[in-house]
Amino acid sequence: MDIFIDQFFNIDIMRKSLPLLFKGLWMTLQLCSAVILLGLIGGLFVALGNMSERRWLRWISIGYTDLFRALPPLVLLIFIYAGLPFAGINISPFAAVVIAFLLNNSSYYAEVYRAGLISVAKGQWEAAESTGLSPAQTLIHVVLPQAVRNVLPDLLSNTVEVVKLTSLASVISLSELLYNAGMARSVTYNASPLVLAALFYLVLLWPLVRLVSHFQRRLAA
Amino acid sequence: MANRPMLEIVSLEKRFGPNTILKKIDLKVTEGELVFVIGPSGSGKSTMLRCCNRLEEPTSGDIIVDGRNIMAGTRRDLDRMRLQIGMVFQGFHLYPHMSVLKNVTLAQRKALKRSKTEADARAMDMLEQVGMAHKADAYPGELSGGQQQRVAIARSLALDPKVMLFDEPTSALDPELVGSVLKVMKDLKSKGMTMVVVSHEMGFARETADRVIFMDGGVVVEQGTPDEIFGAPKAERTRAFLSRVSG
Ligand SMILES: Nc1ncnc2c1ncn2[C@@H]1O[C@H](COP(=O)(O)OP(=O)(O)OP(=O)(O)O)[C@@H](O)[C@H]1O
Ligand SMILES: [Mg+2]
Repeated sequence: MDIFIDQFFNIDIMRKSLPLLFKGLWMTLQLCSAVILLGLIGGLFVALGNMSERRWLRWISIGYTDLFRALPPLVLLIFIYAGLPFAGINISPFAAVVIAFLLNNSSYYAEVYRAGLISVAKGQWEAAESTGLSPAQTLIHVVLPQAVRNVLPDLLSNTVEVVKLTSLASVISLSELLYNAGMARSVTYNASPLVLAALFYLVLLWPLVRLVSHFQRRLAA
Repeated sequence: MANRPMLEIVSLEKRFGPNTILKKIDLKVTEGELVFVIGPSGSGKSTMLRCCNRLEEPTSGDIIVDGRNIMAGTRRDLDRMRLQIGMVFQGFHLYPHMSVLKNVTLAQRKALKRSKTEADARAMDMLEQVGMAHKADAYPGELSGGQQQRVAIARSLALDPKVMLFDEPTSALDPELVGSVLKVMKDLKSKGMTMVVVSHEMGFARETADRVIFMDGGVVVEQGTPDEIFGAPKAERTRAFLSRVSG
């Protein structure tokens, strides 16, 4: 029992690895912000393309969402990080991670937005446009708020997935939370930093997961 | 200027695929006139109304509002011209995520670029006019159908339209709520608004309409004063329709 506690819950080692883990956490948060923010914006445009009356635009965005949902994110990441240099394109690990996960995530966000947009009655568009609002104004002020409210749990769930996804970045040695925890582990020969990292993820994601359940229940009511 | 044409529909044609829904419709509505449109289901009444602000794109023909052709010009021109054409739907279509006041101020602010103070004041005036000022802070979901429809009318009126189009404004309402909406429409008529009303409220038509139009199969079969159409319809199709709806 003592060995177990010593190996997994060694307070002393946890305290010592704290600075490294915080650094990793900071990187994870930066990654998440970039991927989530760009994903939310990009996903909306892809969804609009998906629903466009122009056929070529529809095809491009449907191809995009199909492709990047089918490709495993890790494959995408390694391809971008290790493959692109062969084409003479060198990018930082951070950029590689953001691009890879953005392609993957904006596709998922796009599908969620699309479900939200079609859940808003056609009459809302017509009423708004009949009062002289442009299509963009109608989207921003009338349709999007309703669409987002209708799919808020799914948008949040997807966001939870993004946070989890960023831990894959450790594969290309980007010093995010999991990578740094692994470093601390190999230096101390002790698993406690990993436990601490798991705790960090939990603290980060548990409120979000709660929120998803809350909204799901509210929408069902 | 009692005879100034406010809305002119000029040889309006609408096709959906192989079906011609509107066949060269011509209609001139003068300032302050209330034209009441009747006809069997599927005769094209809604389609005609929706072509008037291009919610439905006409296949050919012109729509002229106060001398300006809404078929000409860019999308932005269309947005501007839609401000002059109020439309009231059977299903109200209020914005459920906004308060009544915000429903009535949104287009004023975004399309007409009125200041918040001005838009709010105008909205309260219009809500007063339809008897809904006391519900300015309520949300659409908290209102009865009749109340929602009156707010929808206020939403259109706040933009100072030159013409108001009504597509079965009372058909989705419980019978006891119909009166409140018709009263608002009557007030509007007495204030001189130009109106085109598709409805089954024949009593309202007798009382308020200047002209009744009977449509069938995408054409205007017959038109005249309410007395002429309801009292002595000439066309066989009109007679058949009227005897059907009056039971
Ligand atoms: N978007 C559309 N695509 C194909 N056909 C349509 C479309 N909209 C309307 N139609 C057809 O056009 C015809 C006229 O429809 P419209 O709604 O104008 O009739 P209406 O006179 O308003 O009928 P109602 O009294 O039932 O409201 C109908 O046969 C309808 O099926
Ligand atoms: Mg209709």
